[in-house]
Amino acid sequence: MELTTILFYFFSIATIGAAAVMVFSKNIVHSAFALMFSLIGVASLYVLLYADFIAATQLLVYVGGILILILFGVMLTTQGRSFDYKTITVNLVPASILSLGVAALLIFVFVKTDWMISEVAEPDQTIYDLGMLLMGDYVLPFIIAGVLLLIAIIGAILMATRLSSQSIKNENIE
Amino acid sequence: MEFSMIQWLAEPGLTHFLIVSAILFSLGLMAILSKRNVIMVLMGVELILNSANINMIAFSRFTDLGLDGQMIGLFVIIIAAAEAAVALAIVLNIYNRFRSINLDEISLLKG
Repeated sequence: MELTTILFYFFSIATIGAAAVMVFSKNIVHSAFALMFSLIGVASLYVLLYADFIAATQLLVYVGGILILILFGVMLTTQGRSFDYKTITVNLVPASILSLGVAALLIFVFVKTDWMISEVAEPDQTIYDLGMLLMGDYVLPFIIAGVLLLIAIIGAILMATRLSSQSIKNENIE
Repeated sequence: MEFSMIQWLAEPGLTHFLIVSAILFSLGLMAILSKRNVIMVLMGVELILNSANINMIAFSRFTDLGLDGQMIGLFVIIIAAAEAAVALAIVLNIYNRFRSINLDEISLLKG
């Protein structure tokens, strides 16, 4: 048994186990931390797939950015002290039947399909080629993604500041 | 038969990564369908985006797709970041207006 195989099974079991803890945990803060371990496991799977730059980006953007945003969302939307970070679970039986069905269907399709696998040489690093592609073939999607991020930032700031000015106005009226 | 199964398990290829991503997808679907907290639903969406990304990068490693697959994965990560920022701003607005983030209580558009 090779080291790559052992690492693949270790990281995939860690990813799936953390995701299962995230879904079935009652405490939303526990869910957020389980999501962190799941995202780190996905980043290690990217490393096993020779995608070093994507793995670093995954760690920076997901673990460093989105997860912190989610934790801030949890903290800002808890209702007083009586609300002890619980989540309500409904429709447990239909949801599990549907997701098990989807998982079985997807796995069946993935196993049965005859993929055209070709042997790709192991690259030393992908960041040079990715940079050349970004400034070459993908320059238009790159610029559009930049504009999209700018619009998202402006929209998020607009919504958040309107929220605070509204509450100030309400306090003045009262 | 049994020997070939063990051999198949011992050499992780494209199908193994695709199966991992299928299980992650179904867990994310489970979170979206069964949770009534908006933030839990957002976490389920993040899980589904990650499973799609694993597919893209596995195809770029094992088929002729090459680096284009990694490129698509990069853009998926960018769009996920924008989506999370805007979605959490909307969630804060909803909480400010309804004093609740339970999806069943936010039914003003229901008519």
